[in-house]
Amino acid sequence: MGLVSRGAAEAGLGAASAVDRPGPPDAVPNPTPTPPAEGADPGSSRPSMVLKAFFPTCCASADSGLLVGRWVPEQSSAVVLAVVHFPFIPIQVKELLAQVQQASQVGVTVLGTWCHRRQEPEESLGHFLEGLGAIFSHKPWFQLCRERGSKSWSCKATHWQGPASPAASGEDQVMLIFYDQRKVLLSQLHPPTALPNRQAGDTTASAGGLAAVFDTVARSEALFQSDRFDEGPVRLSHWQSEGMEASILVELAKWAAGPVCLFLACLLSLISAASACRVFKLWPLSFIWSKLSTCEQLRHRLEQLTLIFSTQKAESPAQLMRKANMLVSVLLDVALGLMLLSWLHRKDLIGQLADALIPVADHVAEELQHLLQWLMGAPAGLKMNRALDQVLGRFFLYHIHLWISYIHLMSPFIERILWHVGLSACLGLTVALSILSDIIALLTFHIYCFYVYGARLYCLKIHGLSSLWRLFRGKKWNVLRQRVDSCSYDLDQLRLLVVAVQGLIHLLVDLINSLPLYSLGLRLCRPYRLAAGVKFRVLEHETGRPLRLLMQINPLPYSRVVHTYRLPTCGCHPKHSWGSLCRKLFFGELIYPWRQRGNKQD
Amino acid sequence: MEDEQSFSDICGGRLALQRRFYSPSCLEFSLSCPRITLRSLTAVTCTVWLAAYGLFTLCENSMILSAAIFITLLGLLGYLHFVKIDHETLLIIDSLGIQMTSSYASGKESTTFIEMGQVNDVVINEAIYMQKVIYYLCILLKDPVEPHGISQVVPLFQSAKPRLDCLIEVYRSCQDILAHQKATSTSLEGGDRIISASNRRSHSGMGAYWHRQEDKR
Repeated sequence: MGLVSRGAAEAGLGAASAVDRPGPPDAVPNPTPTPPAEGADPGSSRPSMVLKAFFPTCCASADSGLLVGRWVPEQSSAVVLAVVHFPFIPIQVKELLAQVQQASQVGVTVLGTWCHRRQEPEESLGHFLEGLGAIFSHKPWFQLCRERGSKSWSCKATHWQGPASPAASGEDQVMLIFYDQRKVLLSQLHPPTALPNRQAGDTTASAGGLAAVFDTVARSEALFQSDRFDEGPVRLSHWQSEGMEASILVELAKWAAGPVCLFLACLLSLISAASACRVFKLWPLSFIWSKLSTCEQLRHRLEQLTLIFSTQKAESPAQLMRKANMLVSVLLDVALGLMLLSWLHRKDLIGQLADALIPVADHVAEELQHLLQWLMGAPAGLKMNRALDQVLGRFFLYHIHLWISYIHLMSPFIERILWHVGLSACLGLTVALSILSDIIALLTFHIYCFYVYGARLYCLKIHGLSSLWRLFRGKKWNVLRQRVDSCSYDLDQLRLLVVAVQGLIHLLVDLINSLPLYSLGLRLCRPYRLAAGVKFRVLEHETGRPLRLLMQINPLPYSRVVHTYRLPTCGCHPKHSWGSLCRKLFFGELIYPWRQRGNKQD
Repeated sequence: MEDEQSFSDICGGRLALQRRFYSPSCLEFSLSCPRITLRSLTAVTCTVWLAAYGLFTLCENSMILSAAIFITLLGLLGYLHFVKIDHETLLIIDSLGIQMTSSYASGKESTTFIEMGQVNDVVINEAIYMQKVIYYLCILLKDPVEPHGISQVVPLFQSAKPRLDCLIEVYRSCQDILAHQKATSTSLEGGDRIISASNRRSHSGMGAYWHRQEDKR
């Protein structure tokens, strides 16, 4: 096979003097006379098919050449990946395609010819182009043509039957669909959410044509390695032919990532080993660690950091997104924590807080004592019987007395403790919030005890009332049980506030932990990366010309982004949603404001 | 080529159906909904402001008035951007799929594309809605597990809600293209048989099927 060049074509077939021919004069093999291009035969049993050709927008202004891509017979569509320019040697083109095929497992072949000329092509060029069809035999053979500077395109797809059977070579209609190669390459298609009773494997059956197009482009990276400035034997035109895109920062980060990850992974493994040592497994300590939300949050963060800095690469795009989400979430957390720290130190809020704590505690204790005196006495009260009222009231009063003494004992050390706690905000805002939640829990423990006693009693009474209601609806009215208790509603105000604040803090921490910030940022700034599907727009159409469509990427809605990429949290997320919090308060079920471990699996 | 016809929706408002015929295999229908009228806008604004003025005379706080203006503006913007649909477009491309676009009054467009491989059929269903019996056009999606079953029904033109005459126009053109699509896809699998109409009726109990009557034309 000789060097095929446009010069030879323009000078007519078989011309001996082309501009740069290295070897002995080769003749481009004479193509056999083209069988008359027939439209749909009246006698044929096949209605005229519409073939689809996906054409990259970056090649719309490229010079004439060969179309290279993949033919998908099930969808009867051709995905054009690149254009090979004249002059080329067919053997080298075939070698390159074989290499790409091996590297990427995509069946890349020559699909047809592309002609970008100033006016209508001459007869000889037409023959020459069809001659190429004999060299690279492919069924169907596409011939796309565009006039320079105008929007009129023409394309033909012929079924080359070969010299043996000149009859019955049909021509089919072609529909051109333009796509942005870079965006389709980087995009990740999210199929519509499957119905609940389908397994994940079924979606591939219905994924169909467009997923095949995205898949083809994404896997053909080997074809896009060579650009215009390379010295290779074959000149290609594709989205990277103007030069490979790269960013210095990204390259530096990639180069530095290896050693940094290794170092951090060792450090983190040391920390986890230290925290897993036997001392912390003894009974009182392990019980306390499991109940404090700070320890839970620190453990969660440690796990996340270990995952991020692990030295093995992510296998699937979903895992990569997860790692990226975790990293961005940790960074944002630390940034917010540092902002909080600087704000606290600037205004010297810690000192003011420490000074204000004791008078507030005293005031609360006094109010509680008044309340209890009122409850023990007449006319309002616990209304169980006089002796029980007195017992419970005195019991609560003793609790308050103990607590006040404890606070007064701690008062010299409060400021120092608060200052050190404030330092923990360096580890992240969620850690600071967890510590705040734990402090509230410890300081209001006595109120929590009152809440437990009151809630249990209230629960009993609610059960009594409900059985009463059933009875009322059913058969008999029991005169002996006529009573309505209003005592529990009075104690609720303070308890509700404390428990609600703790629940709120936990929900906030869970929200910060589980929100996929990187995915949301990606959806905001590069919406084509997360695709829910595609959308088509019909371009200017003239009768007699093929139909041209522009395929654009339809980005994923924000709600689906959050739903798909939400990070798993280790807290009691399903137990402590807003609805369940309110429900528990109303029915008197106990709310455990500390974290329960082992309830949620990753 | 393009042509425009005027129809009415189920409440009596005026709709305009624009049909664009790009090629025998590509058709676009655009149904534009009745616009927001000055009368309704004035009515809502006056109600809100009267209520705010009433509150103001009760509370003597001028923040209420500014809050009312703010709420009206934000409410109007939110309504135009999220609720009020200006026109709905249906684009059918033979052998590629069906695309539905809703354009909101603020210019936002929301698009859904269904591939032809997932489309079982396009039918007109009838439904009882409060005290009315209405007709709506919908796409039936194939069930991946069972070849002749239906997994989902996607209704079209939900905001425009055209009447039956408009739906029949759209339905006829859709069926022409779908019939052509089915003819080519079965010929790919081999065999020359004509698609029997019974194929299209093989889904179970979803309402009245209008194409039964239409086939007799």
